[in-house]
Amino acid sequence: MGSRSFLSKLRDGDEIARLVTFLFAATVVLITLLLVFELWTNSVLPRHKFGWHFFVAQAWDPVMDEYGALPFMYGTVVSSALALLIAVPLGLGAAIFLAELAPARVSDSLQFFIDLLAAVPSVIYGLLGFFIIVPFVRSVLFPALNSSLGFLPLFKGPSYGVSYIAAGMVLAIMVIPYIISVSREVLLSVPRDQREAALALGSTRWESTWKVVVPFAKTGIMGSVFLALARALGETMAVTMVIGNTPKLAASLFAPGYSIAAVIANEFTEATGDLYLQALIELGLVLFLLTFILNGLARLLIIVTTQKGSKVAN
Amino acid sequence: MKRTALIAMAVLVFAGVVWAQSGLLINGAGASFPFPIYSKWFDVYHQKNGGIQFNYQSVGSGAGIKQVTEGTVDFGASDGPMNDEQLKAYQDKRGSAILHFPTVLGAAVPTYNVPGVTATLNFTPEALAGIFLGKITKWNDPAIAGANKGVNLPANDIVVVHRSDGSGTTYIWTDYLSKVNDEWKSKVNKATSVNWPVGLGGKGSEGVTGLVKQTPNAIGYVELIYAAQNNIPYGAVKNSSGKFVKADMASVSAAAAGAAKEMPDDFRVSITNSSGKDAYPISSFTWLLVPAKIQDGPKRDAIKGFLTWMLADGQTYAEQLSYAKLPKEVVEKEKKAIAKVQ
Repeated sequence: MGSRSFLSKLRDGDEIARLVTFLFAATVVLITLLLVFELWTNSVLPRHKFGWHFFVAQAWDPVMDEYGALPFMYGTVVSSALALLIAVPLGLGAAIFLAELAPARVSDSLQFFIDLLAAVPSVIYGLLGFFIIVPFVRSVLFPALNSSLGFLPLFKGPSYGVSYIAAGMVLAIMVIPYIISVSREVLLSVPRDQREAALALGSTRWESTWKVVVPFAKTGIMGSVFLALARALGETMAVTMVIGNTPKLAASLFAPGYSIAAVIANEFTEATGDLYLQALIELGLVLFLLTFILNGLARLLIIVTTQKGSKVAN
Repeated sequence: MKRTALIAMAVLVFAGVVWAQSGLLINGAGASFPFPIYSKWFDVYHQKNGGIQFNYQSVGSGAGIKQVTEGTVDFGASDGPMNDEQLKAYQDKRGSAILHFPTVLGAAVPTYNVPGVTATLNFTPEALAGIFLGKITKWNDPAIAGANKGVNLPANDIVVVHRSDGSGTTYIWTDYLSKVNDEWKSKVNKATSVNWPVGLGGKGSEGVTGLVKQTPNAIGYVELIYAAQNNIPYGAVKNSSGKFVKADMASVSAAAAGAAKEMPDDFRVSITNSSGKDAYPISSFTWLLVPAKIQDGPKRDAIKGFLTWMLADGQTYAEQLSYAKLPKEVVEKEKKAIAKVQ
């Protein structure tokens, strides 16, 4: 009988464990749904008033009650992209060294420091950015790039130090520990056979690492990049301290900008009008969407590239 | 047996009374600019009247107005007076009016970092509006240089710095600029956050100060109390009588005294660009927002008691914390207004 067997299963504990863990797993989905629902229902006014125009409008004017998300979306994407551009090569290189080339003792003690870096509060990174990276960008990096590559719109002035690039650099420092930590674990978990087979076929140590071990661990490494991207997109405190908080679009990486998370944190407490407050909440919804889409695209990239890889192998 | 029970009961009742007394907790929320003096006041008042405890959260003026309108706190606090729309919203929601009580005065001051300039700079209203509109772009522009004879101003580009977070300081600053400049009024206007024509945003007074200190040729604005406590140099501003005045407690109080004569009964008044020979023009009151109808008797008495004390003894704490005191005329008027709380 069904009920009898269910009861006996209960006694074994399997069913209870299944139920309990299922509930835990379900809460994650529920919280996500609740979040979207709250953001959606609390942003009715601006969604009806501005519609899709919200995504392309550039004005952010609490006095005239006109709101557009474009400069904030642009700032969020550009600063995060710059961060990954800097952090992925550095982080991956460090992870390869720690996992494949360094002696275990060096690797383990360095890992301790990396974990420590990952636990530093973001406001500390913000201070580091404000007092070291911002002056560095203003008086070293900008003059150097502007005098050599100044004809490109990317490196046009004037530069105040606070800029997309300063935000990108601070974010890069913040996400590198994640990339190193996760990638190192993944690389270490690649089976020994893979390495030995490559070496037996006559490849050098570097060839076995770069052509066999890293491709084997690719999915996991991409996972670490997602984690880094998610942190970069949502980072608030460190970004607002170095990005310049100016809601304008600019091609130059040295121009000041703004990010979605930063404007919400800055203006939420003093937002008085209903439309104003709800426009900020809609920005939260936009950030959620942005994270969702970028993660989706990255996952798609993995699926496409791994399929190609396996075809070649066949 | 009976006696022990009786004693136990008496102790319980007594404890209950004491506990209930010390349990009168009054919640407030709002402006962060007057937070240092409010916490001092609430602390001193609690020591004098043991039974009454105030809990104030400096969550920002906007949030203070919102919370008192929702009824989640007993009183609010704001650096800018509530506008008619907000008053109506309060009336609709709570079925009674809300009263404004000025507590102390503050001011916003221009702070700058011009290489080679150590003298205190003078700013005309036209110069400040021009700089913040992005129309005056060089430090040696005649609009600035004209008021600073003898100071060697460089031909460098001006970097404007403003607050990025919503703030009462921004409200005072933009309120002043809208009064002295029509273009500012039509293009930008006044609010705790505005659409700045130019400039970088710094988070909080410390963010603005940091950016100004770090960026050559920068100009920004901070609260007087912040500048005073951190020894930040700041400039003088030309008032409506044509005199260049540097902000300090006397000149800020003078601005309030100038406005005291035409003080409206609801105290919702802006004293920027105040008349008065020695008045500093970018000054403002900060207000407590108290409901006109408080159902809970003890709470009502406690709040009224505090307001009375704040207007008398409380004012003596203002200057040691760098706030300007209320002028006498305003104090007298407010004392009468306390009776409106019922």
